[in-house]
Amino acid sequence: MARTVRAVLVGLAVVAAGIALATLRVNPYLYFAGYVILQYVVIATAWNILGGYAGYVNFGTPAFFALGAYTAVFLIQSTQAPLPVLILAGGLVSALLGLGIGYLTLRLRGVFFSIATLALSIVLQTMIMNWQYVGGSRGMSVLRPSGPPFGSYVTFLFTVMVALAVVAVIVARFIERSWIGRGLAALRDNEEAAECMGVPTLRLKLFATTISGCLLGVAGAPFPYYVTFVEPNSAFNLDYAVNALAMPMIGGTTSWVGPVIGAVLLGAAQQLATVTISSEMNLFIVGVVLVAFVVLAPEGILGLVRRLRGR
Amino acid sequence: MFSWDLLANAVVAGLLLGGFYAAVSLGISLIFGLLDIANIAQPAFVILGAYAAYVMNSSFGLDPILTGLLFTPLFYALGVVVYRVYYGSFERRGEESLRGLVFFFGLLFIIEVSLSLKFGVDYRLVQTAYTSRSIDLGGVGIAFRYLVPCVVGVAMTLALYLFLGRTFYGRAIMAVSQDQSALRLMGANPVQIKTIAFGVGIAAASLSGALLISIAPVIPSTDRDYIGRMFAITVLGGMGSIGGTLVAAVILGVAESLMSTFSGPSWSLAVSFGILLLALAVRPAGLFGR
Repeated sequence: MARTVRAVLVGLAVVAAGIALATLRVNPYLYFAGYVILQYVVIATAWNILGGYAGYVNFGTPAFFALGAYTAVFLIQSTQAPLPVLILAGGLVSALLGLGIGYLTLRLRGVFFSIATLALSIVLQTMIMNWQYVGGSRGMSVLRPSGPPFGSYVTFLFTVMVALAVVAVIVARFIERSWIGRGLAALRDNEEAAECMGVPTLRLKLFATTISGCLLGVAGAPFPYYVTFVEPNSAFNLDYAVNALAMPMIGGTTSWVGPVIGAVLLGAAQQLATVTISSEMNLFIVGVVLVAFVVLAPEGILGLVRRLRGR
Repeated sequence: MFSWDLLANAVVAGLLLGGFYAAVSLGISLIFGLLDIANIAQPAFVILGAYAAYVMNSSFGLDPILTGLLFTPLFYALGVVVYRVYYGSFERRGEESLRGLVFFFGLLFIIEVSLSLKFGVDYRLVQTAYTSRSIDLGGVGIAFRYLVPCVVGVAMTLALYLFLGRTFYGRAIMAVSQDQSALRLMGANPVQIKTIAFGVGIAAASLSGALLISIAPVIPSTDRDYIGRMFAITVLGGMGSIGGTLVAAVILGVAESLMSTFSGPSWSLAVSFGILLLALAVRPAGLFGR
């Protein structure tokens, strides 16, 4: 309990630091890039709850992310709902999708589950592309609310994302250290054996898919206000899928620190590469780094650190 | 609005498309269906084959299908290398499921991005003497652009079927998919057999890529559209069943063609994934499953 309290305090300190950074008003690009990196902290952490702890590889990250984003677009279109409502609603809708995916795990394991999630992402994209109310395939622009705190809306979104990242990491850390995390680890290593030992595998899987989906939706909900123009190809971008799994893989999937390290390193590297080289080159780097890590250092950076300490 | 003429045309177009889809899916049917290797990068190899055909055609004027055939040894070698890396890094350590999948996903990304770095994101198409011709059978038009790939696709299916059933190596591949340790007891090396099978699967991508670029324009990210189709066909046809692959490919082709004729082409992509989700949820063993 004391450790959880300490984690929450550290989290609050990080949020306070984020707000302090926002009031400094340094180069606006810093907030712009920082938002993307923090968004990836949330995405990677969310992916890792299902992929790292439970061992179910989700290729459908874009589906959950975009569902969060499009829920927000829908609410902005219909009711001009404020940002906290958008985030809650986006999380809720994606959580429901996660719950549905969870039931799929009853029949589909391993590769088939992964392919089904990929399929889900494409089906959802097609549906959104044919839904004119939220812009269809042409996309649609979103007006940011006026008079944001901290001078500019992107700076405000940056602080919001700091808070969301802290929440995501605390949730992941809590799951990892509780009996839920141990149960998920048991079913990751051997689902049948875990079931036989009395681990409630279905309930745990449903929990993991729901929480993971919810956090991915939460990451997507502020997206319309960030880009101000939402179209299916950017919201359902496969880059989210590859980043969501590359970041935890690079950092290390067994602990909550892994996705954070991976997201910060890879996210920052991509931001640098996008500015200095080209956006295609940054995807190339992600692919190469991902394959290199998965072949040479399957335990990620955390595994490398552990190996160095062991010597 | 409804007309029988339109329906007949859509069905025929779908049948032709199905023959082509069979060609595209053979590789994954072999690699994923028989060897249980989740090579999600297979569509990227097909696109690589398409670009090989494009380059040979634009610089030497070679026929795409001829190029596809000429490049099969190169793709076979590529497949051997990829499988060796995969085996050494994952399969030997027994970590193939999760990390192997991620490995292939990364590979897909690397191939796709390399192609867009080299060729840009413009649509590329190969024109041949036969692409613009078509014959008319009582109101139903048959475009050579689709007919030729369909014929080649069916021929490829037949060739793979005969290879697996009649030749020594083909039977060895069937054996390795059934029981690896039994094969080892018979004195054969399962890894070597799997290397050959993987190589053949990638070699098939060379030819099917050449067919792809003569049917429709290709950009590097076209591979994403085919991930769903390939796996839908393999799962629907029954894992590793070559005949089933052809049947499932034709079903998918007709379904997509009907969908795009009557509801608009933007829905046709959802068909394959819809069929895939349905097949996975209702009958994971597929139509002709083991």
